[in-house]
Amino acid sequence: MSTAIRTAQNPLDATGCGDAPVLRERGQREVFCGLTGIIWLHRKIQDAFFLIVGSRTCAHLMQSAAGVMIFAEPRFATAIIDDRDLAGLADANDELDAVVDKLLDRRPDIKLLFLVGSCPSEVIKLDLSRAASRLSRRFAPRVRILNYSGSGIETTFTQGEDNCLASMVPEMPASPAGAPASLLVVGTLADVVEDQLRRRFDELGIGPVGFLPPRRAGELPAVGPATRMLLAQPYLAETARLLEERGAQRLEAPFPLGVEGTTLWLKAAADAFGVPAERFERVTERPRQRAEAAVARYRDTMAGLSVFFFPDSQLEIPLARFLARELGMRPIEVGTPYLHRSHMAADLALLPSGTTLSEGQDVDRQLDRCHAAAPDLVVCGLGLANPLEAAGLATKWSIELVFTPIQGYEQAADLAELFARPLARRRRLEV
Amino acid sequence: MKLAIWTYEGPPHVGAMRVATAMQGLHYVLHAPQGDTYADLLFTMIERLPHRPPVTYTTFQARDLGTDTGELFKRTMRDAYERYRPEAIMVGASCTAELIQDDPGGLGRTLGLPIPVVPLELPSYQRKENWGASETFYRLVRAFAGPNAPAPGTSRPAREPGRRPSCNILGPTALGFRHRDDVIEIERLLDRLGVEVRVVAPRGATPTQLTLLGEADFNVVLYPETAEVTARWLEKTFGQPSTRTVPIGVGATRAFIREVAELAGIDPAGALADAESRLPWYSRSVDSTYLTGKRVFVFGDGTHAVAAARVAAREFGFEVVGVGTYDRTFARDVRAVAEEFGAEALISDDYLEVEARIAELRPELVLGTQMERHIAKRLGIGCAVISAPVHVQDFPARYSPQMGYEGANVLWDAWVHPLMMGLEEHLLGMFRGDFEFHDGAGASHHGAPATAAPTEPEPVAAANDADGPSWTTDADKELRKVPFFVRGKARRNTESYAREHGVATITIETLYDAKAHFAR
Ligand code: SF4
Ligand code: SF4
Repeated sequence: MSTAIRTAQNPLDATGCGDAPVLRERGQREVFCGLTGIIWLHRKIQDAFFLIVGSRTCAHLMQSAAGVMIFAEPRFATAIIDDRDLAGLADANDELDAVVDKLLDRRPDIKLLFLVGSCPSEVIKLDLSRAASRLSRRFAPRVRILNYSGSGIETTFTQGEDNCLASMVPEMPASPAGAPASLLVVGTLADVVEDQLRRRFDELGIGPVGFLPPRRAGELPAVGPATRMLLAQPYLAETARLLEERGAQRLEAPFPLGVEGTTLWLKAAADAFGVPAERFERVTERPRQRAEAAVARYRDTMAGLSVFFFPDSQLEIPLARFLARELGMRPIEVGTPYLHRSHMAADLALLPSGTTLSEGQDVDRQLDRCHAAAPDLVVCGLGLANPLEAAGLATKWSIELVFTPIQGYEQAADLAELFARPLARRRRLEV
Repeated sequence: MKLAIWTYEGPPHVGAMRVATAMQGLHYVLHAPQGDTYADLLFTMIERLPHRPPVTYTTFQARDLGTDTGELFKRTMRDAYERYRPEAIMVGASCTAELIQDDPGGLGRTLGLPIPVVPLELPSYQRKENWGASETFYRLVRAFAGPNAPAPGTSRPAREPGRRPSCNILGPTALGFRHRDDVIEIERLLDRLGVEVRVVAPRGATPTQLTLLGEADFNVVLYPETAEVTARWLEKTFGQPSTRTVPIGVGATRAFIREVAELAGIDPAGALADAESRLPWYSRSVDSTYLTGKRVFVFGDGTHAVAAARVAAREFGFEVVGVGTYDRTFARDVRAVAEEFGAEALISDDYLEVEARIAELRPELVLGTQMERHIAKRLGIGCAVISAPVHVQDFPARYSPQMGYEGANVLWDAWVHPLMMGLEEHLLGMFRGDFEFHDGAGASHHGAPATAAPTEPEPVAAANDADGPSWTTDADKELRKVPFFVRGKARRNTESYAREHGVATITIETLYDAKAHFAR
């Protein structure tokens, strides 16, 4: 069941990029694997621990992507597979159990443990779902143990969060028969953003509202046929599919990035919950105008500048839509690791036609295109940013876009600032 | 299976990348899934390289596993060759590709490229980054210098009369701790000695230059972690002796000069008398008296930990209370230096174990890696970084070698700074009754707005928990006169003393009893 409820009115008649052809590439990808999502997921779910079953490479990736070791004992770690484990599988299971024993012993605060699969654990076919149920039985009811894949052979960057949330869907309680309509917001948002949105829904009279993932393992929202779901993040294909299987109906809307995206996103919920237009107007007017004014201040310096997106988080299309429609920038190429046509439909429709969409990657050829296009701003990963800067291009690191609160009205100007700052910096520097 | 939170070393293929990235005209084709491309950011973000590392990854996915990943490898390698036209290509597998056993070396050869292909076998489930760098360098040197080896048993021809003695410098890589500046410093030193430097490798060398390695009279091994194995092979194959001393600190630099002079058959007197470091005089200057016997904990890779322990003890007059390394291959050297200074050795790559040891030893200064810097910060101890793993801060804009005489100057500044800060705080503490100096005042150099002096001093020891001893008001006031950076320790010591001696109420007398008890 994947028919979305289409309520938000398209402000444009044009189809934008709705049917635009996509450049599909298969060559070297230059993106993180799904393990990386743990960096924000472990901050979000405050009593969860993420145990990667992987190699030294996985541990090193986590350390390098996290940048600094802010926490002495973060709520993630890697069980590093070694030679002895490769010798025989039974052995690896015992070893894993021993690691989990020790870990949960040391961390009595943990209520939810994720066993996170990696490329090596998948290639040697270490069955983490069996391990999770075996260990769940042992540690119930104190700790719930789930598993998902964050491996680089299965997932690209944010798809790790998709798999993580998907693993929680079967754990969500069923909403009682005859329950009134409820709203479910899906995808990790910074707590501050979540609180703002919750207040906004309150003012609109929409409720009850649940968030997935929850802040605490014990607070999983209920789901059922009366659930209306709004995706807060664009990379949740599998999670949305499983929620739809449990009866939830997806509300179609652009993603809540920028003023327009936020308005249409809230409007999708308001329409589904029968909120009268004037109430919607009354509730959203002030924050909307405030955000519009704040974003408008960037328009002067940004309008007309071209922007090129390397694939990273699947946020590229909604971000390009925001930059085009609210700042007047010209997206040249918008790369995404994976294009989910139906989840992206509303954003695609708003993207200026003529934008090149690319899916997958051949980084060398994409760099050639980027250099040829000589855009005013390149949005790319950390491995590419400095080399591009050295070649004279201004860059914005895409990873900041998943670590920074950018959704909703109050963050719309912060989002604009993230793109404006590298350009402002170049204007200042005289060396 | 071993639980790891933070790691000191990456996987061995990252070591290979450090060699490939350091060199010119070399490309590395790595059979690896997409996530492994994170390693590029180590070079572009930490070392701030203005170019991508010369590495192409196959980025195979699960759906490729059923089909022909070997074909994908060959295609990737052919494309990389066409695009980058390197002098040579290294091929290898990351941890995941190792499991699918595609044999990149074999595949690489079947392509028939018109350039040398060097296969790397780096067992990811046994070995780590430093080993990977060492093995990679060794394989490259064998591949390129090997064909020029004289017949076994041939003795090395004597240097032509009138020709300057020459050496190679071995070991510096990309992402190395101050390798960039160490090389410059040592090249200058060798030049002053009249020794010609032929090849510096891997840093800056091309594969073609590696073919010339056997020509120099001897080798200077700056980083045994990467170059010792190679130097031993060169010694065996070309009869080239190599240096054993790593010139970190004034003493080691002098020893290094003597060693080089002997290998080169020249007189070291000039270089020894010449431009010295400021360290010896600064260390003897009376203002440095306060450094005497400062308790220091040293941790790092084998070479830097051993060197730092020696310099700390002999050149700063510190007391080395602990010394350790995360690199087991250097356990013996580290144990030896620990024994020499009557300290405990710690051989561990478990970050939590290192933290526990530091907490237990309570040193006044930590000389460690970026990991120990975080530990020290949490424990409120001063710290200077002496070794990889590196962080962006370890690539300072200014010239700051660790080796040679200038290196010793850098060590002086870097190690004394955290202690000076402690001294400043001490002075601040002496004036703490003064209206301008109080706990509410921020550090002056931070421009933090000072809040008004609290008129009603909040009781520092008044957190009288139910079971612990309680403090009299007078004792509490007295405790507040202790400089704040040691006050916590004074409070803990007094309370544990009181508990041990069954004292329920801490008076001024108890405070001084405890002070005397704990005096060392
Ligand atoms: S790509 Fe695979 S092996 Fe590499 S870090 Fe990610 S999960 Fe680990
Ligand atoms: S600048 Fe001042 S406060 Fe900051 S680390 Fe140095 S001494 Fe401490």
